[in-house]
Amino acid sequence: MILRLLQRLLVLVLSLAVASVVVFGFMRVLPGDPARVALGVNASAAAVEQLRTQFGLDRPVLVQYLDWVGGLLRLDPGIEFVSKAAIGPQIADRLQVTVWLVVVSMVLALAIALPVGLWMAVRHRHWDGVALSALSQVGVAIPAFLAGIVLISVFAVRLRWVPAGGWVVPAQDPVGFVQRLALPALSLALVQAAVLARYIRSAVLDVLREDFLRTARAKGLRPVQALVRHGLRNAAVPVVTVLGLQLATLLIGAVVIERVFVIPGLGSLLLDSVAKRELLTVQAVVMVLVVAVLVINFVVDLLYLLIDPRLRAGAR
Amino acid sequence: MAAAPAAAPAVDRTVLRVDGLSVGTRHTGLLHDVSFQICRGERVGLIGESGSGKSLTALAVMGLLPEGLAATGDVRLSARTPATRNLLDLPERDLARLRGDGLSMVFQEPMTALNPTMRVGDQVAEVMLIHRTQPSRGAVRRRVVELLEQVDLPDPAHLARSYPHELSGGQRQRVVLAIALANDPALLICDEPTTALDVTVQATVLDLVVRGVEERDAAMLFITHDLGVVATVCERVLVMYGGRIVEAGPVQDVFGDPRHRYTQGLVAASDLTGAEGRRERAALPTIPGSVPPAGRFPDGCVFRTRCTHADEVCRTQPPWVPRGEHPAGETAYGHACVHPAGGYGDE
Repeated sequence: MILRLLQRLLVLVLSLAVASVVVFGFMRVLPGDPARVALGVNASAAAVEQLRTQFGLDRPVLVQYLDWVGGLLRLDPGIEFVSKAAIGPQIADRLQVTVWLVVVSMVLALAIALPVGLWMAVRHRHWDGVALSALSQVGVAIPAFLAGIVLISVFAVRLRWVPAGGWVVPAQDPVGFVQRLALPALSLALVQAAVLARYIRSAVLDVLREDFLRTARAKGLRPVQALVRHGLRNAAVPVVTVLGLQLATLLIGAVVIERVFVIPGLGSLLLDSVAKRELLTVQAVVMVLVVAVLVINFVVDLLYLLIDPRLRAGAR
Repeated sequence: MAAAPAAAPAVDRTVLRVDGLSVGTRHTGLLHDVSFQICRGERVGLIGESGSGKSLTALAVMGLLPEGLAATGDVRLSARTPATRNLLDLPERDLARLRGDGLSMVFQEPMTALNPTMRVGDQVAEVMLIHRTQPSRGAVRRRVVELLEQVDLPDPAHLARSYPHELSGGQRQRVVLAIALANDPALLICDEPTTALDVTVQATVLDLVVRGVEERDAAMLFITHDLGVVATVCERVLVMYGGRIVEAGPVQDVFGDPRHRYTQGLVAASDLTGAEGRRERAALPTIPGSVPPAGRFPDGCVFRTRCTHADEVCRTQPPWVPRGEHPAGETAYGHACVHPAGGYGDE
């Protein structure tokens, strides 16, 4: 068990190291000098040269890399080329917004998908199970941004229940916060719920065919009791896998949804920085997303060990 | 059929009475008019080839038929519940109360019969907690260790804390047996409990099954296709083919002097005398043809398409011919064949 844990931890650290090289390398391999790109074609050679020395872009690449990684480890990814604003606080600020959006969407998706998926599985031979299954198939095919636009036109434009976009801090205006979070979270959640429900359905169907569920019935458990006490934990492994992937997808999907709903999240920061050609900011945001995805995978691995005792046995 | 035979003993020791049990989908019949009784302390074997309806009979009695299959007929279990109610008419809630308590079952596949994410001790404890057969959680815990000890598992207190994947197939089947016996059932159904086990382990598990049933004076229905196992475990045997019971009786009589042509073929193919009786490499005796797919059995005698003695008469359903008296009624000893082996008319 401990061995397995250390093994997973090692994999995480190695992945992070590789990811940092890739992210850093990719940005440097792009054609054009970062300083020149940031200042634009009209900047004087002197100004570009000054920026290069100021940001150490004239040093060897390896030194620049180590300097950058060192900054990341100190949670200080540097300052922007043009505005000279610190990147760290900006990311922290934006991350809060995105985390709210992603976590609420995920919880919402799970809250919808769990009962719906179970219902689809238990009733898979009946008309309602089949109808729900068909409906979820349609849900899978709808992109989140389209769902967002439809939700805006109905609930914000036609019914005027909630604002069409924007953001307030929850501590400042809790009601306004919920109002502004509802539509973007829902548009992300609906699509994810459709996908998740289908996975839950097939996982539960697999488990319903298991012998140990029949044993549970033979012990005197009624069908639903047997499924809840013996089925769900066994169905959880494939579902947790998908949940991890979805959380990663949501994080990336939030980039688009933040644009649709004008939310100052990490995704908006990324797109703005790309537009402003702020290489260091782009690099830092991408790295944050990569770290988030890798940590999610690590947590999923740990959950496997928690759920299924067969996986805990030492690596042989 | 339903009328009790004249020779019924003064005290009714019947635990399970199955009368005219039929199982099928909407279009296909799979079990036809199956009738038998099992008395307290009696161990009855149910044999036949795969697809003959043995497991279906067990699942119908348990009320655990797969979706899409329906049962008709009359199944009554005496002992803890009043035998006045037909199990097939019982709502799921009441049936669930019986399962694991008065009526329990051991399945064929020990490797998959236990929940892989739950400690085996908890799985044994669960059946007592569901039916509240122990006064306290502490009592349940003590009883778990006791039960695991009874099925000869080493270091039961420690073993109760392991997960199924840490046990061997034989050990797992012992755990399943402990679960089935935990609430001292009136009837234990075993569906090929040793088929998936090593031969060396089979004998000890069979011994434990018999010991467990004997200690509780329980009735047992033992399903297998292995005639040798039936001969060692059971007193009486039911022979099943094509969803019908074609012959029944004490093991010695049925195997030693079979009447139904199917039983005759089955006994010949099993060669119970063992290897020493066959010195030279001769072709092993077999029953010609193969078991037809479900629902494709002929009308009349189900065996007539594979029987060398079949003629026009066999096109109509042969009547049940009682062969002798038996405390478990006339369905307990007899056969359904118009050209029986053994007695008169055999060449």
